[in-house]
Amino acid sequence: MATEAHGEAGKAVGMPQLDFSTWPNQIFWLLVTLVVIYLVLSKIALPRIGAVLADRKSTITNDLAAAEELKQRAVAAEKAYNDALATARTEAAKIVAQAKAEIQKDLDAATATADAEIAAKAAESEKTIAVIRDGAAAAVAEVARDVAGELVAALGGKADASAVTAAVTARLKG
Amino acid sequence: MATEEHAGGLQIHPMDQFVVKPLFGDGPIEWYTPTNVTLWMGIAVLAMIALLVLSTRRRAIVPSRGQSVAEMFYGFIHKMVEDVAGHEGLKFFPYIMTLFMFVFLSNMLGLIPMSFTTTSHIAVTAVLALLVFLTVTLVGFYRKGIGFLSMFWVSSAPLILRPILAIIELISYFVRPLSHSIRLGGNLMAGHAVIKVFAGFAGAMGVASVVPIAAIAAIYGLELLVAAVQAYVFTILTCVYLRDAVGDAHH
Amino acid sequence: MEGDIAEMGKFIGAGLATMGLGGAGIGVGHIAGNFLAGALRNPSAAPGQMANLFVGIAFAEALGIFSFLIALLLMFAV
Repeated sequence: MATEAHGEAGKAVGMPQLDFSTWPNQIFWLLVTLVVIYLVLSKIALPRIGAVLADRKSTITNDLAAAEELKQRAVAAEKAYNDALATARTEAAKIVAQAKAEIQKDLDAATATADAEIAAKAAESEKTIAVIRDGAAAAVAEVARDVAGELVAALGGKADASAVTAAVTARLKG
Repeated sequence: MATEEHAGGLQIHPMDQFVVKPLFGDGPIEWYTPTNVTLWMGIAVLAMIALLVLSTRRRAIVPSRGQSVAEMFYGFIHKMVEDVAGHEGLKFFPYIMTLFMFVFLSNMLGLIPMSFTTTSHIAVTAVLALLVFLTVTLVGFYRKGIGFLSMFWVSSAPLILRPILAIIELISYFVRPLSHSIRLGGNLMAGHAVIKVFAGFAGAMGVASVVPIAAIAAIYGLELLVAAVQAYVFTILTCVYLRDAVGDAHH
Repeated sequence: MEGDIAEMGKFIGAGLATMGLGGAGIGVGHIAGNFLAGALRNPSAAPGQMANLFVGIAFAEALGIFSFLIALLLMFAV
């Protein structure tokens, strides 16, 4: 389209791409460009970026290793702590058991003493109670005799002391 | 044609943007003349240096934004070469990186309005494709000797089909530089010409020219994608061809 | 219109040559659609096949670009 006005070579070439008079120029400058890019890339850019990437990779690997080590250490510390805790706990349990046994022993001894005392006191009390009971029974018999004698006298009879006593004794026994 | 356009009143010159002009004066174009090709290739070189050299000069372990971009390009192409061409292909990594950076930056710089797209010229893409073709052929014969020809002799096919397949493989092998170069050049040329045609409509349609302007914006986005994808495709096809020459497993 | 017959033939030929681009469109659409179908069945395998996708699209597209080139040659170079 309108090549006559625009084609540089003045030829009837509608597509500048097919204007072969410009090809040597383009090819020359393309080769120069490619060589420059290749040299810049292979001498400067690519080794530099490759080195940076490798650096970063090794840094990351090192950091990961350090983190792993720290983690191992933390795990070990936790394990030691747990061990110590378990030891302390068994120790404490042992002490508690010992104390409990000692207390039990003391307690048993005290209980035995107390039991013996209580038994002694009980026996003594029993004896006292028996004395008191006997006394009471004698008093009851005497009172009964007096009351029976008085009753007989009040009823107009003549109280025979021995008969009253025998009757009261028989009554008390019955 | 010129008379028709004058009659129609619609002046669209979609191919003007591809004209190679001398930078200084108006003389004939010799092979050494600095032209707009020179200018934009030089800008591509400067952009490459800014992108890959200046941004990485601090060599930081924790990268800045520019360095991240440079490392992304490096990692992207490195992985592509390793995945497609195999471990042996890594020797050609700087070469492939050169091709990629040149094609990518030229495509992208060509999308700047009023700029000149060096990769839309068949001369440029043909040289790039021929360089790849020659590299692959020479490296193939250097590394495998006459055994390189066995890639044309498909041993898994029935014997009677093999000569036919050999001819087809041979033709497709020699068509490679052609398709390799035309694909890149043709895609860019077509995209830029389409934008220019729509721009011509915009000039002639008065108020209704918002429609072609919107269309230009949409096509521009598509062209950004095409520019990146064509650079990627050019590079990955280079890797695919290189695998024939250096890899041990071939189809 | 005072063009000659040869001019007309060029334009008709260029127009016919652009039809080849439709074939490229079909091919590229086929590849992309099949890729998507496969990727939806097995999304975890999809990223590894991106390179193959682009290579396939590039091969299919190249033939369309040839017809585009022929159209351009007819328009401007013949």
